Amino acid sequence: MRCKGMEDKLVAYLDGRARPAERRAVEEHLAACADCRARAGEFTALWSALDDLPAISPSSAFEASLRARLAAEPARRGFWSWVQLPSPRMAFAATALIALSVWISSVPQPTRNQSAAFQALAPDAEFSMIRDLSELENYEVISKFDALSELPVVPNDSTQHEAGEESR
Amino acid sequence: MKPQLFVSTRVRYNVQVMARTDVQLMLDVKAGDELSFELLLRKYRTPVINFLYRMVRDSAIAEDLAQEVFLRVYRARQEYAPSAKFTTWMFRIATNLALNALRDNRYRQLEVSIDQPVETNESEQPALEVADSAPSAEQQLVARTRTELIRNAINVLPEKQRAAVLLHKYQELDYCEIAKILGCSESALKSLLFRAYETLRVQLQPLVRPQ
Repeated sequence: MRCKGMEDKLVAYLDGRARPAERRAVEEHLAACADCRARAGEFTALWSALDDLPAISPSSAFEASLRARLAAEPARRGFWSWVQLPSPRMAFAATALIALSVWISSVPQPTRNQSAAFQALAPDAEFSMIRDLSELENYEVISKFDALSELPVVPNDSTQHEAGEESR
Repeated sequence: MKPQLFVSTRVRYNVQVMARTDVQLMLDVKAGDELSFELLLRKYRTPVINFLYRMVRDSAIAEDLAQEVFLRVYRARQEYAPSAKFTTWMFRIATNLALNALRDNRYRQLEVSIDQPVETNESEQPALEVADSAPSAEQQLVARTRTELIRNAINVLPEKQRAAVLLHKYQELDYCEIAKILGCSESALKSLLFRAYETLRVQLQPLVRPQ
C-alpha cells in the first residue's frame, strides 16, 4: 500500500475500528514508511489534545424554555376527537352537505316514462323550433299569445292515458 | 390532552425503564409514554447541546437549536419508524439545523476573526481536572490558551469536516451512522475525516509535535 492509500484507512486503524485485513495492511505500511508513522503518532497526540476541549452544561433556562415549547405543542388526537371538537370548517362543510341534500330531495324529478317520451320527441320539437324561428323573432307575433297555440303540443303519458279512457 | 412532560420535577426511574434501548424508548413515546421522552431528553440534551455549541460557536443559539431538535423528535413521534439508530436520526436533525443556522449567519460569521477570542461559557467543565490542588494562574492561562487554539482550529474547518470530527471524536458514533447523517459513503467519510484531522494536525503543531 502507498501513502495515498492510508487516507481512508489510517483513522479507522487508530480508533480501533478497522477490519482485520485493513489493519494488517496499515501496519505493514507503517512499518515501512517513516512519514506515515510520524503522522500516525501525531494523529494520536492530536486526539489526546482534542480531549481538552471543555464541554458545556445546559443552562437553567434550557429546561424551562423547552418545557414551555413542549406544553404549547398540540395534543395527540384520538379517533373520536373530531366529533367532540369539530373545527369551524368541518361544521360548515357538514351544514352545507345537509342543506344540499334537503334541496336535492325537494326538487321534483321526472319519472322514467316522462323522460323516455321527452327524449323520443326531442328531435321533432327541435325541428319545430327551427321552423318557427322567424315567427319567434317577430315581436308582434310573440306579443300575441295566440301564435303560441300554433306550436305543436307535446302530449305526455298522463294525457294520453286519460284520452284513451275517455274514448272507451 | 396536553403533553404531561415535566409535570413533576421528581421523576421516578426504575431499572426496567432505564434498561430500554433508545429505539424502545422512542417506540414507547410513540405509544404515548411521556416518561420515555423525558428519559431520552435527559440522556441526550448535553451531548446535543455540546455538538451544536461546537458547530455554531454560540451557546444561546446552540440551546435554541437543541430545543428545536427535541421538539422535532417529539413532533415526529407518530411517524417514527426504527429504520435506523435513534442517535443517527437525532444527530441528523441536529446537523441539518446547525448547517442551516451557519448558512443563515454566514456573513456575520465571516466578520469574526479566527484570532478573536471565542465566547467562553461560564458553565464549561474542564475535561481534565487536577484533584489534589487548584491550578495556578499560570496553569489556568496555559489551559485557556490551549483550549482557544483547539477551538479556533476546529472552527476554521469546513462545515462538513467539522461536523464529521465532532460526531467522530466527541459523540463517538460509528462510521455508518456519521455517513448517514452527512449523506455520504463510509469510504468518503473516512477520507473526509482524514483531511479534517490532517488540517487539525497542521494547525495544532505546537500541541501534537513530540517534545
